[in-house]
Amino acid sequence: MTRTPFILRNPSVLIVLAGLAVFTVAVTLLSQAYGTGAVPTSMVKVLGKTLCLALAAVAMDLVWGYLGILSLGQMAFFALGGYMIGQWLMYARTEGIVAAQLAQGPIPATAQELQDAVTNQIFGVVGASELPLVWSFAHSLTLQLILVLAVPGLLALVFGWLAFRSRVNGVYLSILTQAMTLALALWLFQNDSGFRGNNGLSGLQNLPGLDHVDQATLSVWFLWASAAALALFYALAAWLVSGKFGSVVRAIRDDETRVRFLGYPVEGFKLVVFTLAAMITAVAGALYYPQAGIINPAEMMPIASIYLAVWVAIGGRGRLYGAVIGAVVVSLLSSWFTGGRAPSIHLPGYVVNWVDWWQVALGLSFVLVTLYAPKGIAGVFDLFSRRGDRA
Amino acid sequence: MTRLRLIACALALLLPSSLLANPALDAVIAGNLDQIEQPSRRTVEPLVAQIAATGPEGLALLQAWADRNLGLADGRAVIVDGDDVTDAVTGAPVTATPQMLRPNSGVRGVIEQALVAGALTDPDPRRRAAALDSLARGGDAEQLTALRAALDDPDPTLAARKARMERLLTIQHDPDSAARVAAIEQMAGDVGLDFRGVLNPLLATQPLVAPEPPAGANVARELTPGSDALPREAALAQLVRQGLLQPPLSRADQRAALAANITDGAVGGVPVATLSDPAARDRAYEALEAAGAVPPAATETEAQAALEANRFYDIHVEPDAAVTEAAKAAQIRAQVRLGAMRGIDLGLDALSLASIYFLAAIGLAVTFGVMRVINMAHGEFIMMGAYTAYTVQTVIADRTLSLVVALPLAFAVTALAGVVLYRLVIRHLAHRPLETLLATFGVSIALQQLAKNIFGTQARPLTAPAWLEGSITINDVIGISSIRVAIFVLALLFLALFLFIMKRTRLGLEVRAVTQNPGMAASMGINPDRIAMMTFGLGSGIAGIAGVAIGLFAQVTSEIGQQYIVQSFMTVVVGGVGNIWGTLAGATLIGGLSKVIESFNPGNTLAAQTFMILFIIIFIQFRPRGIIPQKGRAAEV
Repeated sequence: MTRTPFILRNPSVLIVLAGLAVFTVAVTLLSQAYGTGAVPTSMVKVLGKTLCLALAAVAMDLVWGYLGILSLGQMAFFALGGYMIGQWLMYARTEGIVAAQLAQGPIPATAQELQDAVTNQIFGVVGASELPLVWSFAHSLTLQLILVLAVPGLLALVFGWLAFRSRVNGVYLSILTQAMTLALALWLFQNDSGFRGNNGLSGLQNLPGLDHVDQATLSVWFLWASAAALALFYALAAWLVSGKFGSVVRAIRDDETRVRFLGYPVEGFKLVVFTLAAMITAVAGALYYPQAGIINPAEMMPIASIYLAVWVAIGGRGRLYGAVIGAVVVSLLSSWFTGGRAPSIHLPGYVVNWVDWWQVALGLSFVLVTLYAPKGIAGVFDLFSRRGDRA
Repeated sequence: MTRLRLIACALALLLPSSLLANPALDAVIAGNLDQIEQPSRRTVEPLVAQIAATGPEGLALLQAWADRNLGLADGRAVIVDGDDVTDAVTGAPVTATPQMLRPNSGVRGVIEQALVAGALTDPDPRRRAAALDSLARGGDAEQLTALRAALDDPDPTLAARKARMERLLTIQHDPDSAARVAAIEQMAGDVGLDFRGVLNPLLATQPLVAPEPPAGANVARELTPGSDALPREAALAQLVRQGLLQPPLSRADQRAALAANITDGAVGGVPVATLSDPAARDRAYEALEAAGAVPPAATETEAQAALEANRFYDIHVEPDAAVTEAAKAAQIRAQVRLGAMRGIDLGLDALSLASIYFLAAIGLAVTFGVMRVINMAHGEFIMMGAYTAYTVQTVIADRTLSLVVALPLAFAVTALAGVVLYRLVIRHLAHRPLETLLATFGVSIALQQLAKNIFGTQARPLTAPAWLEGSITINDVIGISSIRVAIFVLALLFLALFLFIMKRTRLGLEVRAVTQNPGMAASMGINPDRIAMMTFGLGSGIAGIAGVAIGLFAQVTSEIGQQYIVQSFMTVVVGGVGNIWGTLAGATLIGGLSKVIESFNPGNTLAAQTFMILFIIIFIQFRPRGIIPQKGRAAEV
């Protein structure tokens, strides 16, 4: 029996990748840096960030839609990825500026003086005078890039190992993941945690050493990077869930005890998927925050992770393109409605201002989707395809 | 006869006291007119003492002087009381317009201190109390003598205060060392702020550096440079301060000195370009030193030699060693007792926090036990309760009455909301707990935003009735606000009510049956749907009550529920479900633990919360189903 190629078995992957390519090329041709300028730089950034959120949603879908763990702490990994890349962005840039300043003086600066000046520049705002230990690697892009994967991965590994081995699951596990992200956020909010407390890291939109490249160009580069990352990890995730591995993972979701009795190491499978998803989310975060320009611990508060779950649910969980659709549609709609650009609805006696009422509508529509359309927006595609998705 | 005597007394009071003229006072005034007219804080003291010594007229004059009611008319001191002007010595009315005296606050302080001594024996107990208050702010040796003479007091409270004050002043001002030690020992173990305030200056120290142990000084301890108590830098700074060492050169000073001496692209022969190396800078500076271009700086060897040649002491400001020894012992005893009392105070705090968590979590625990769903909108039910109480308060002005109305109303409103939520959403998601979690989250964000739209974003005050304000204070350390006591009582009340419903009513029996085995309960004729609805209503109603309680001490905002919801989840997870004792244990553990962690690191509640959550994550490792786990077949679901 000949195996049909992966792509042919999963035409949806090809469609998504093709759609992504078309989108990227279109935005590039309309951007200010490489095209007509119809799409302003701020909009390019929004679109790039949306792609990162879609990537985080894909990871969320792996964990929730396929593995059945409703993790309410995914954004902790997202923000950690952002913090790790942010450390290098901020340190290297500050070092460049400070070195230029010190070079003005009559005497060349010692290495110690340079570091003291950088420390003072970055941490003066929280009153610290020594470079915190967690910034030891901040001077090296390579090391920080490794940390982008290593820190969230290790956190997920340790947390997952602790949680899975004691057979915490279901709602308990959700609450526990929420507690994890809350603990992390509260810790980062402290001024002496070494991450500038609630000031967070800022100025991340400027790439050190690339001062001559303007933001319009940078925004397009980041859009490409985000699209490439999404394409890569989307294909990886699709390949992972399509084979035997994917079948076991889905079986764990549907009846964990039975899979265990069949002799599969359930905890190992869970740990692999959970850690992998954390690392994918971290990559998404590391691409997101240079586009956002600033990161602070509020990004990690549990509410952000719950919103991620909401996107996946609305898009349709248990299928990867559902997660992408949900993240793109809901996050873009949210920023449109809360941005004050949506027209108000004039009812007799009351004006519905969307800035005030969008949250209410979102909450209620979410209830409705859960109740009446558990497959989410992606369920619509089932109407057009002969076979239903296996999920 | 009695009446006659009364009249005589009244006459004596009304009569001008010219008959009781005070020649001594007259003499003092005549001799010091210029001082009275232009008093100076520094020199007025003997004069005030002289006047006070002349008797009641003198005291009256001092009082008037301090109150700015004293004036001068034709070279005589007169007291002005409204329109009446009387001679200060004779008490005779004066017709001339007096020139008023305006002593400054320093002078008035001196006068008032002198008056305290007299006031200690004043017949009016309020003035005696005021005099003691004034002494508590600071006394001196003479007032101690005056106080000792006035120790007898008809009022037992004041007598006790006087005795205590006598001991405190003895410790501070008695010239006899033995008497001071005795007074300290008498009061040892007392935790009053006043006693601690007296002890602290006795134990104050100042640093001293000397080559030999100082003779005659009361040495508190000797310090080793480089230890935790005296870091090396601090020791060097002390040596510099006392002139025993030249100031060592800081890197910044060195840099500035080098920058000032650049000649032809080199400093002292060292090229500028290589000065990014600290060793090169040292070489350059030494070269400059040798050339005399910069002042010599202490080298590391000199600093080390100075450190070794000198010894470092903490010297007691109080010269008497016996007193400091006694004070130290007394302070240790005070600290031990203080620690114990802080522990009790902490326990009270923890108890009140635990009752809040209990009230907030009990509804969650019950619904989780019966239906296996976590209601993410629970926090918003707390908020609803708080806003209900706020709305009631805007309608009913009387605080007590409005609270009495608000409690059942909040219960009714939130219970109804809970039932509606159950009927519309949760019932349709049976056996899909994760989806329920998300659906109720949708309700939660909608309700929160709705509250913002209705009540605005600013915090709404919910004022407690007057009898709930203030606090119950046992001593300077132990105290708890009445509201927290009331919340504790409320929690106990609901614990009792809940136990009663669960153990003694038909509904409770059915709830327990459904919790243990819904299928079996259904086949016994119980309607699980109805039971679930009732429990949901009950749990939500209690959340409303918790909202009123929380609103009484916190500001009511649309986020009020969010601040408690995570702790409530933790309480349920830690305590175990389906058992009210589990919730109680969870609430006690979480409340107690957060207070204890907070006390280790006061002022950093963020760290406390972080450690708290970490503890819970680890705790779950050992008891995955909580302190009191559910047993039997239901637990396997």
